[in-house]
Order: sequence, then C-alpha cells, then structure tokens
Amino acid sequence: MAELVVFAVFAAVALAGAFVMLSARNPVYSAIGLLASMFSIAVFYVLLDAHFIAAIQVIIYAGAVMTLFLFVIMMIGVDRREDTTEPIPFQRPIGIVLALALGVLVVAAGSKAWFTGSGRFGSVDLVGTIGVVADELFGTWVLPFLGTTLLLTIAALATVALGRYDVAATEGEEGP
Amino acid sequence: MTGVLLAAVKVAVAFGFLMGTVIVLVWAERRIVAFMQNRHGPNRAGPAGILQTAADGLKLFFKESMTPRKAEFALYIAAPVLAVVPALLVFAVIPVGAPITIGGVTYTLQVTDLDVGVLYVLAVSSLGVYAVTLAGWSSGSKYPLLGSVRAAAQMISYEAALGLALVPVIMFTGTTSLAEIVEAQGGTFGGGLPAWNLVLVPSFVIFLIAGFAETNRAPFDLVEAEQEIVGGYHTEYSGMRFAFFFLAEYINVFNMAALTTVFFLGGWHGPRFGPPAVEMALPVVWFLAKTWAIVFLFIWVRATLPRVRYDQLMAFGWKRLIPVSLVWIFLSMVAIGVRRFGLPWA
Repeated sequence: MAELVVFAVFAAVALAGAFVMLSARNPVYSAIGLLASMFSIAVFYVLLDAHFIAAIQVIIYAGAVMTLFLFVIMMIGVDRREDTTEPIPFQRPIGIVLALALGVLVVAAGSKAWFTGSGRFGSVDLVGTIGVVADELFGTWVLPFLGTTLLLTIAALATVALGRYDVAATEGEEGP
Repeated sequence: MTGVLLAAVKVAVAFGFLMGTVIVLVWAERRIVAFMQNRHGPNRAGPAGILQTAADGLKLFFKESMTPRKAEFALYIAAPVLAVVPALLVFAVIPVGAPITIGGVTYTLQVTDLDVGVLYVLAVSSLGVYAVTLAGWSSGSKYPLLGSVRAAAQMISYEAALGLALVPVIMFTGTTSLAEIVEAQGGTFGGGLPAWNLVLVPSFVIFLIAGFAETNRAPFDLVEAEQEIVGGYHTEYSGMRFAFFFLAEYINVFNMAALTTVFFLGGWHGPRFGPPAVEMALPVVWFLAKTWAIVFLFIWVRATLPRVRYDQLMAFGWKRLIPVSLVWIFLSMVAIGVRRFGLPWA
C-alpha cells in the first residue's frame, strides 16, 4: 500500500517534471523539470529494491549531468529570449504520433509483464545490492563491462586530444 | 507499527541534535576565530556568549524576508529549502555510536543504515549544489549569479576528488555501509595503534581538502567571497530564508567532520570501560570528540589561510587532487592484489 502511494506521488512528479521541461519558456525551468523527473526515477528504483542503481541515478544524472546543464545555461546567458519558431514543418504532428506509438508500446509491454517489488527475483534482501550487481558485472558480464570502460577511456582521451588540438601549429603541415 | 514509531523518534532526535549542534557550532566558530585574532568575540548573551546564536536566530525569525523585484519567485523561495534538506538527509546514515541494547532489544544509533551508504552520501550531498545555483540565479542580481556560477564549477570539480578519495576506503573495508565501515576499524594493528583507516593517509588528506571545498569553507570560500562578490549566492536573501542557508552551511560542516570521523578516524571506536551505563555512552563521547576535533580544524584553517584565487582552485582540483587520487587508487589496488594473491613472481 505504502509502495503504491509513493509510486503514485512520484509518478505524478515525474510526469509533471517532463511536462515542465517541454513547455517552459525559460531553460532554467526546463532543467529543473528534467531534474525532478530524474529524481523521481531514482525513487522508482528504490521501490524496486535497486538501491545501487538509485544512488547511481542521483549521482550521475541529478548530481553531475544536470548541474553541468545548469552551469552551461548560465554561462551562455539565461536572459536571452529563445527563438520559438519551429524550423522543421510537421514537427508537432510527428511528435504526437511518436508519443502515441510509444504509449501503445508501453501498454503492450506492461500487459505482458508487470513488476512490483523484487519478489520475482527470489530473495528480496539481495536484489540490487552492490554485492549482487558486482557479481553480475564482474562475473557474468565482465567482457562487455571492460569493453565499455575501454570505449569511455577512448572517448575521454579523444576529448583531451581535441581540446589540446592547436590549429595554428598544424596549419602549414602537409599530409593527413 | 513499532518500526514506524522508532524511525519517527530517531528522526526527531537526529533533527534536535543537529539544531543544537549548529547553535553551539556557530558560537564556537565565532569565539575561536576571535581568540585566534586577539579579539573577544560574542561574550554577552548567556555564559561566555553561548546564547548569542539563539538570539541571532530569534532576530532572523522576526525580520522581514525581502524579495527583489527581478527575482524568479518560485525558485527564489525553493532554494533555501533545497539547501537544508540534503544537509539533513546526509546525517541520516551517520552512525553516532555503537548499537545499544536496552531490555533485550538492540537499537542502532543512526537513523538508518543503507547498504549503499557511501553512494547515498555522495548522491545527496551532490544535490546541495542546486540550492546555491538556483539561489544565485533566481535572485535576479549579478553578484549572486557570479557566486552561483563559481559554486557550480567548484562543487563539480571537488565532488570528483571527494568520491575518488573514498574508493580506497571502500576497497580496504570491502563495504559501502557506513556502520560496517566503522565496524571494520575496530581492532588494532598488532595490539598497538587502533586500526583506523587513517593509515590511508593520502585518502584522508584528499578527502579533507575536498571536504573544505564542498562545504565552501575557507580557503575555498570563493562562492561567497565578501570582498569580491558582496556575499555570493545569498546576497539578496534576508530573514528566515537567509537563516536557512546559514543553517545548511553549518550542518554541512558538522556532517563533513562526522563523515571524516566515520571514514578515517574509526567512528565511535575507543576505549570502553566502567559501569554498563557509562560503557554504553562512551562510544558516543568518542564519536563527538573526534568530530569536534575535525570541526576545530575547519575553524582553525578558516582563521589561518587566505582565500585561493579562482584559477588556483581549478588547477589544484583537476591537476593535483584528482591525478593523485587516481594514482593512490592504483597503488591500493596493487596492495590488495599482493595481499590476496601474493607477489606475481612468487
């Protein structure tokens, strides 16, 4: 019962946040709406006993990504009026059609499988704890995990390389 | 039902404890800084001026809360609350004493113990930056905006170092629950020194420095540098709304000191002796003694060091603290590997 109440409250918050993000004129309010949505999703993870994912969700998305968004919005200058004309014709109809399609998909998937809590996975105490996640990550899925870390490292190195790329120094050189 | 009641009691006690702590903390800071600067400090209200904070709080409570005309009202009101809530939430997972047993029932002296305690602390404290950012922006004034942009950059930069400093602690204790991290520091090294995580000296130093930066304390108080940007993000706040920021700042200082105690100074561990009642209370005494020692360090540093320049702050965070913590994590990994599997050539 308590679970249902918490879910209902935060589902409403998540939807309201998403609506604010789309409809707000001011980018700061959009960012706050997105933040509310992401935080609500973290609460859903807690309800599903996935505490580790919930913590990560808050640290990465609410803590780092959204802070960076806000920082950039403020750096660029928040007082500038946004250009609200829509460059792509039929943008709104296409959006509505896609949203409806997504809704149908969610309902279809939901009618096949509906999860509440973690009873389905056996022991309630263990699911989503760091130990279980670590066993899966470094046991069953170690190669995909290492591949992902490699990708991220390459991306980080590329960012540094691009950031340090000096146009003036390489202008006169021949070849690639 | 008793579980709900117990949780409510714990929350109420923790809240009251934090409020009382802040009253003492603000007074202690003003007195200690005054003595270090050859002044008297507040010494009129109550014995040695200890009621000064209560008087100031009462004054702020009755003051008018002004709102600038260009303020974004909704966020302007929300920001002080956003500052206090994460500060209070962090304290919920800090174990302030050994579990006590009364009438066959064991009570843990922390509001709740989370399996992902360390991550919870990092997650919740990372939300504190929104209060500063939104307060600065929603004030509709340039100095608060400058302060909040500084805050966003500073807190993102030092959060990384703060988290990385804790990785070796997690690796050596093998858990992310704060209660278990304290538990793991129980023994001694060969019967001599207590087995605190303080032996992970680089982690301790990095955590402490990043902690100064995360709480916006001197020498990293660029966020509210009075001489440059008036008062930073809370320039336009007055009355109770300002008091909320003030409260959050001091709760954060106490939390950071308490977390340093939990992670590196053995938490509530210490000699236990005497009759049962005394023996039961001693862990709390040790915890508070260690935490206040770190709080004193915070105050001492504030009275000693000048503020760093902005470029120094960024360079120090990204080019010194983070690389050093990465190297230290690597060395810790090697040490744990050697301990478990032996030397590679053996």
